[in-house]
Order: sequence, then C-alpha cells, then structure tokens
Amino acid sequence: MHEIGIASSILECVAAEAEKHPGAQLASVCVRIGELSNVDKDALEFAFEALTRDTGLEHLKLVVEWCPRRQKCIACSEEFAVQDYELACPKCGSSQTTCISGTELDIAYLELEEPCAKS
Amino acid sequence: MREVVEKKVLSENDRLAAGLRQRYHDENILCVNIISSPGSGKTALLERTLASYLPGHPVAVLTGDLQTDNDARRLARFGFPVRQIVTGGTCHLDARMIDRHLNELGFHGPGLLLVENVGNLVCPSSYDLGEHAKIVLLSVTEGEDKPLKYPGIFHRASLMLLTKTDLLPHVEFNPDLALENARKIHPEIEYIALSSRTGDGFDQWLHWLNALQYKVQQRAAAINS
Repeated sequence: MHEIGIASSILECVAAEAEKHPGAQLASVCVRIGELSNVDKDALEFAFEALTRDTGLEHLKLVVEWCPRRQKCIACSEEFAVQDYELACPKCGSSQTTCISGTELDIAYLELEEPCAKS
Repeated sequence: MREVVEKKVLSENDRLAAGLRQRYHDENILCVNIISSPGSGKTALLERTLASYLPGHPVAVLTGDLQTDNDARRLARFGFPVRQIVTGGTCHLDARMIDRHLNELGFHGPGLLLVENVGNLVCPSSYDLGEHAKIVLLSVTEGEDKPLKYPGIFHRASLMLLTKTDLLPHVEFNPDLALENARKIHPEIEYIALSSRTGDGFDQWLHWLNALQYKVQQRAAAINS
C-alpha cells in the first residue's frame, strides 16, 4: 500500500506546476498508470481523496489513464497489446519482442482554468 | 487550459537514485536490491553469502524492515559493515533512505553493496535505488503462480532466486512451472535455485554476483578510459 506516497508525490508536482500559473484554478490532473507499475487505481483514488480533503484542493479531479502492457517486435516492428501473457509477435511469430508500454507512472497533464481577464 | 506536464510521478526519487548510481559508478560499487515477500529467505540468503566471504572482503549490507533491528543483528555477526533501516511503517525503501544510511554506514568502494528491501513484492518494485540489478526471491513454500500475481517485480528483476530448495521433497511445488510463469512475464529473467540451509546452488549465486561485478567494473573502466 504505497499509494499514499504516490498520491503525495502527485500533489507535490501539482503544487510546483500550479506556482507557474498564479491565480489559475486547478481542475484536474491526469496520471498514466501502467499495468506493470504496481499501483492500484482504486487505492490511489482513495489516497488522493484523503490527502486533498480540507486542503482547498477537494475540487481537483484525478484522471487515471490506464496503460495495458504493449510489446514491439524486434524482427518486424509490429506493436501489439499483450493478452494472456503471450509475448510472441502475433504477426510474424518471433519471440524477440520488447516492452514498450505498461510500466508508466507519469503525470501527463494538468487542466487549469485561468482567471477571467479584466476588461 | 491544458498544461502538459509529462513528468514521472516519482521524479524526486529518480533524481536521488541517479545520484546514487553516479556514486556507485565513481566508487566502483556493485549494488543489488533484493526483494521478496516476507519470509522468503532474504536474510538467510545474506547470512550464507556473508559467511562465504573472507574477513576484510569489501562488502556491506543495508537491510530494511518496518520495525526491529533483528536482521542487522543477525547479519552483523559476520564482521562486515551492516546497517538497519527501520522504515517505521513505510512498506519499501526509497533512494533518500539509501543515501542517508549509506553515508552513515561510511562504506566506500570498490566493493559490493547488498540491499535487503522490506518484505513486500509490490511497493519496492516502484522505487529505483540506483541499483545495478533487482533480484527477486521466490521460496518453494509459496505458489508457483506468484510471478503471474505480482508481474511488476518479476518484469523488473534481472534474476529470480528460487529459495529453500531443501524443502522440495516435503512440499508440492513445481520449480519448472514457477520458472515458466516468471518467463511468461519476463522471458530473459535469469534463474538460480538454491538452499541457504544446505548451501546447494550457492556456487552459482556467488558466481552470478562476481560476474555482474566484473561486468560493471569493465563497463566503468571503458567509460573512464
């Protein structure tokens, strides 16, 4: 259960980014989580909610983009999603494939609402 | 307005881990990060490993636990520098803890740094400690399907150690199936079966460590030349 630490790191990053946009309202933060990242989506959402409570960030929405494991074939460059642990290339059958997605634990973007410009 | 961030969630840990990696490189230290469930035999592995080295051998241990310094006391008997990292509830070691305790341990390379992570197959796999290799232990009293249940760590580990093989006659455990499952997740994962009680497989394990140390030293020499 390290999702509290993960949520806390996300919020530290959000705070640092928010400083670059003084006065802007934070709407959401999108994180990319790979299936091999060992982060549980529900536990992360729970931790995020707990850590933002009574901080003025209750309205900040956590958007989770789930990234399944994908491999790329070294022989024919085919990219494919892994199903039932099958790592061999579905196109040419080669077993020489490399992981290209599924380990993500990234902050992708922040949605901000800028304050209305004074006329 | 969308502000693209594109940053690792654990970028601060990654930054500290990069500092450790540089330090290992500069001081010619091989660091391995040993990870398993509680009770898979990490400390027993380290005890027999340390027992195999002659006094003065350049090796040190950092061992992590939620509470108690029992493991450090077990390991200190062999006369090498050992330090307990009590995490106080945190379920993994992070780069900041290693940095601090390595300084306090006062260990300098060239040599081997063995890091025994907190017993947990999930969280430790997310935190880079600047190590050259993650090593995952699976004991024969667990299930053969553990690699499928905890794919993250088996995907990241360079080596899988099957431990407690002396118990194989007494348990229903199929080593071939365990290895097959690990290689479904990570086809290149290396594999050694051993018993810290009888010493079976230890030649292979010590050879693996020596070979990795040699490889890391050669790589460092090539970069520095």
